[in-house]
Amino acid sequence: MTPVKNEIVLSLKDVSVFYGIIQGLHNVSFDVHKGDIVTLVGANGAGKSTTLRAISGLVKPKTGQINFKGQNIVGVPAHEIVSRGLCQAPEGRGIFLNLSVAENMDLGAWAAPDKEAYQANMDQGFQLFPRLKERRNQLAGTLSGGEQQMLAIARALMSQPEVLLLDEPSLGLAPQIIEKIFEIIMDINKSGVTILLVEQNALQALQIAHHGIVFETGVIKTQGIAADLLRSDEIRKAYLGD
Amino acid sequence: MAEFFQYVINGLSQGGTYALVALGYTMVFGILQLINFAHGEVYMLGAFTGLYTLRFFGARIVEFYSFVLHVGADQTSTAAAVMTAITVILISMVTCALVGYFVERLAYRPLRTSPRINLLITAVGVSLFFQYSGQLIFGSSPQPYPDLFENLESWTFGADENLLVINPLQVFVFATAITLMLILRHVIFHTRLGRAMRAVSFNHELASLMGIPTNRIITATFMIGSSLAGAAGVMVGMTYPKVEPLMGSLPGLKAFCAAVLGGIGNVTGAVLGSFILGLAEAFLSGYGAPTYKDALAFAILILILLVKPSGLLGVHRTEKV
Repeated sequence: MTPVKNEIVLSLKDVSVFYGIIQGLHNVSFDVHKGDIVTLVGANGAGKSTTLRAISGLVKPKTGQINFKGQNIVGVPAHEIVSRGLCQAPEGRGIFLNLSVAENMDLGAWAAPDKEAYQANMDQGFQLFPRLKERRNQLAGTLSGGEQQMLAIARALMSQPEVLLLDEPSLGLAPQIIEKIFEIIMDINKSGVTILLVEQNALQALQIAHHGIVFETGVIKTQGIAADLLRSDEIRKAYLGD
Repeated sequence: MAEFFQYVINGLSQGGTYALVALGYTMVFGILQLINFAHGEVYMLGAFTGLYTLRFFGARIVEFYSFVLHVGADQTSTAAAVMTAITVILISMVTCALVGYFVERLAYRPLRTSPRINLLITAVGVSLFFQYSGQLIFGSSPQPYPDLFENLESWTFGADENLLVINPLQVFVFATAITLMLILRHVIFHTRLGRAMRAVSFNHELASLMGIPTNRIITATFMIGSSLAGAAGVMVGMTYPKVEPLMGSLPGLKAFCAAVLGGIGNVTGAVLGSFILGLAEAFLSGYGAPTYKDALAFAILILILLVKPSGLLGVHRTEKV
């Protein structure tokens, strides 16, 4: 949207991922500029989540480079990537159901570079999601789906990420709650966090994103300014259900 | 009636040592879904560490504490004996923690992504390795354990048929076991390491996405579990004053049964199961059928697997496909 882009904070170059002999990603390349919301959209199994898993270090690409802040992070252990400033709130919310809300948040701060900011981050998380504060001593497994998603985001923020990866934050949630989650994603972005958002809910995701990348069966079909993608007839037909 | 209390005391003391071993099983299972069959051997190595420490340095440690505590070095001092026992236990715990570290690093970590059956077979292999290299190094005949508490008198209550004898060693074993369990409880539920251990046992991948170094947490879990087994080894050595390299196998299996009884993966369950087993064994041998004592643990195991496979405190988990 802005005419002059900030520097590139994350960039994938020709990344291919294999699960056994099945290729999950084919030469995927894209750049994420600092301060943007970039969304990966596409059908189930198109390779969006695989892309996030590769970035987070959960699967190792067979070929290609993933550069984060100018350094190739292919082969760096997952926990180390978090401490460099890239954190993922995983799909299916992925919180520790056997731990309390506060304990989940505390573990989110494991790799945080600035230990002094711990309390401030905790307070900020509770400010974003007051429900979590009320339930801080409750087991995370007793939270509702929406609250669990909020916890997943609040916990990821505890690591003070520069880039936040969100995998399907709207999955299985009621429409009003999805709206609330998307508002909060925008707030987090405004506070300076770059966001890479994976969504099946392409329409809503493209509405809040600066840049959109459309995946189809493991390849990037097209990418561009989110507003342009929203206007494109081809995209509307194929992905937005028009 | 006194008889009954006598069995309770014996059972609690025995249950305490089972619990220390069972905790290691249950913690490792919780974090890796692995039955670490080499755990009984770590307990054996703990007993031998205590044996050699006492044999070569025991007298000097007693002397040291007698001096520090300003009591005569005439060996009758309770305080010096207790402090020496604690010191030996600590030395054994540190040694076993190192054993646990190396076992995990060398035997289990390279198999982190292999099918679980490979890990299980490896665990049996590690167990046999320690049993037989133990026989090679320590010799296969039972060796007597120095008795630190020999000059301490037992407390007796009542007389004749109502005689109740409380052996100071039993009290020491029970108190030490409870103390270690309370410390462990604190670590698991009130420290960041414990939170991370629970997180890793919930899901390795998720934990690593939070920046938690899962391998280090797994190593720490092995070290903590092994150190508890080491403490148990020393205390059992002191109680049944003979040790030999195969001594870990039966108590190891029994502690495993206790862990399953309580619900494997559940720390409180392991303690509960161990005390139930300890008491049941004491009553069974007391009230007439001591020959069947060793079979009891396995009878309980079969029974619990038939009636409630998840154990007393375990939660039933559906297998993920």
